[in-house]
Amino acid sequence: MKYKIFTILVLFFILSTKSFALVSVDITRGNLDPLPTAISDFYLDSKLADNIKNLKLESKIPELIQNNLSRSGLFFALEKKSFIQRPEPAHNKPRFEDWAFIKTQVLVTGKISLEKEGRLRVEFKLWDVVSATELSALAFYTTPDNWRRVSHMISDKIYERLTGEKGYFDSRIIYVSETGPKVDKKKRLAVMDQDGYGVKYLTLGNELVLTPRFSPTSQQVTYMSYFKNLPRVYLLNIETGIQDLVGDFPGMTFAPRFSPDGKKIIMSFAQEGNSDIYTMDIKTRVVEKLTDHPSIDTSPSYSPDGSYITFNSDRSGFQQIYTMKSDGTNVKRISFGEGLYGTPVWSPRGDLIAFTKLYRNKFYIGVMRSDGSGERLLTENYYQEAPSWAPNGRVLVFYRETASDSSGRGGGAKLWSIDLTGYNERLIQTPTDASDPSWSGLLSGK
Amino acid sequence: MLFKNLNKVALALAMTLFLGACATQQATTTTTTTKGDDAYTGTETVKFLADGVPDRVFFSTNKSELTSAATTTLGKQATYLKANPTLNVVLEGHADERGTREYNLALGERRATAAKNYLISNGVAANRIKVLSYGKEKPANPASNVLAWSQNRRTVTVKTN
Repeated sequence: MKYKIFTILVLFFILSTKSFALVSVDITRGNLDPLPTAISDFYLDSKLADNIKNLKLESKIPELIQNNLSRSGLFFALEKKSFIQRPEPAHNKPRFEDWAFIKTQVLVTGKISLEKEGRLRVEFKLWDVVSATELSALAFYTTPDNWRRVSHMISDKIYERLTGEKGYFDSRIIYVSETGPKVDKKKRLAVMDQDGYGVKYLTLGNELVLTPRFSPTSQQVTYMSYFKNLPRVYLLNIETGIQDLVGDFPGMTFAPRFSPDGKKIIMSFAQEGNSDIYTMDIKTRVVEKLTDHPSIDTSPSYSPDGSYITFNSDRSGFQQIYTMKSDGTNVKRISFGEGLYGTPVWSPRGDLIAFTKLYRNKFYIGVMRSDGSGERLLTENYYQEAPSWAPNGRVLVFYRETASDSSGRGGGAKLWSIDLTGYNERLIQTPTDASDPSWSGLLSGK
Repeated sequence: MLFKNLNKVALALAMTLFLGACATQQATTTTTTTKGDDAYTGTETVKFLADGVPDRVFFSTNKSELTSAATTTLGKQATYLKANPTLNVVLEGHADERGTREYNLALGERRATAAKNYLISNGVAANRIKVLSYGKEKPANPASNVLAWSQNRRTVTVKTN
């Protein structure tokens, strides 16, 4: 895997796991008891040139880390103005009683210094205030304009050290930007960092585009486009801008996703009133038909090991969720609750399937185990659908629409995230209305 | 004679099986949140291909079966298309906003195909008809209420030349 736009070297661990953490975050409890955390301004090496000093990275990097950790709902960031110790001595040797005094349990400090060729060395340390120990420390080398990416990577390191789970901050979300009136919306592909920054538009909006999904292994996305009024699945490399039609089908292809190894695209093909599920190998272009049933079979999603597929079918008479082996055998219905079920998507951890449910004219985002047991509804609203998992399987992003009035006003689509626990529901700010979000894997590729 | 009757029996049997299948679908659907017959029957939003030839037919929630009003309209369209043999059409299938995007794309295709098959069975050449599903992407009525949703569950016949 190569991300040429980002050049970051993780240099070395300093005293990485010297002691066992006494503080830890129980991620199964949502935001009921967030961990008090102090994120000090970083210490800026005085030898840095003015143009770098003017970037104010010593406060911007900790601010971004704080935003990430706070939005996770697991951390409660203390106000900077309550801090007693200054950034430099805090980074070198914290006076733990000063930090215990403001009732923080965790302290993050850092130092920014100059490396050769205009590159920066950004170092952070994570401290357990309660046991007065250093938990981890790490340095990154980067160009100054790449400070956001470094901040996300530091956030992931902190999250990982304190929760014991992988992080998800160094990741991106692709979505559909929506503008214009409801009867004739202009839709464009857009990509941004998971915190909503750095929005880039990938298509011009000349044709309708829907349901983009990230490749788990490369900078490719698959999506549906109405180019030349032929609704088909496409493949787009977001670094080169090169697009390819996926397969040569004599009708509409839709609902694409990648296989976990990134080698195949799984999708629906509609013909003569019947939609079935197909895969196409991206390299060999070999097409395989997986379902053969005179009902609507759509919204396929692989299990993370690639051995199973969950999908949506109305073969029982109405929309329900099914699983099958990845060769199309062993089809099994797994949703049996009241209402309609759609958009199943397998968790990257493999244990859960997230879905959309319509019941009594309300829409829910929920999760169930992959055998259909343990259904849990996380959020209820007028309209919401299309959950997509964060790379660590702890957070879901989806889109929500409110009802519009008789002239079609209101009701714009927005992106929301929610914790797997059902807590910590948050709006993700986007410059335009937004729908069909899809979360990337971790960019650092772990 | 006997042979002919046997044929009739076979046909009747096939019809029963077909209706049986429909009935099952009807029964299971009514146990969910969807309603049975809620296809739009009014004339708002309807345009005309020619005098007395409406351009669209409407469907019940989650259904793609043609109502009797729909077959009447499609019968008129078939007559009109046969009288104008150089005309080609695209049947645009749509769904209301109360469903997931991908399922609605499939549903729109199923609705457009139902209309296409009716036109073909009434003598319109298959190669004159294309289907195009928009799912819920292009509502005719942008409001969020029962009336708008019923007007949006539709297949619209659009001339392409």
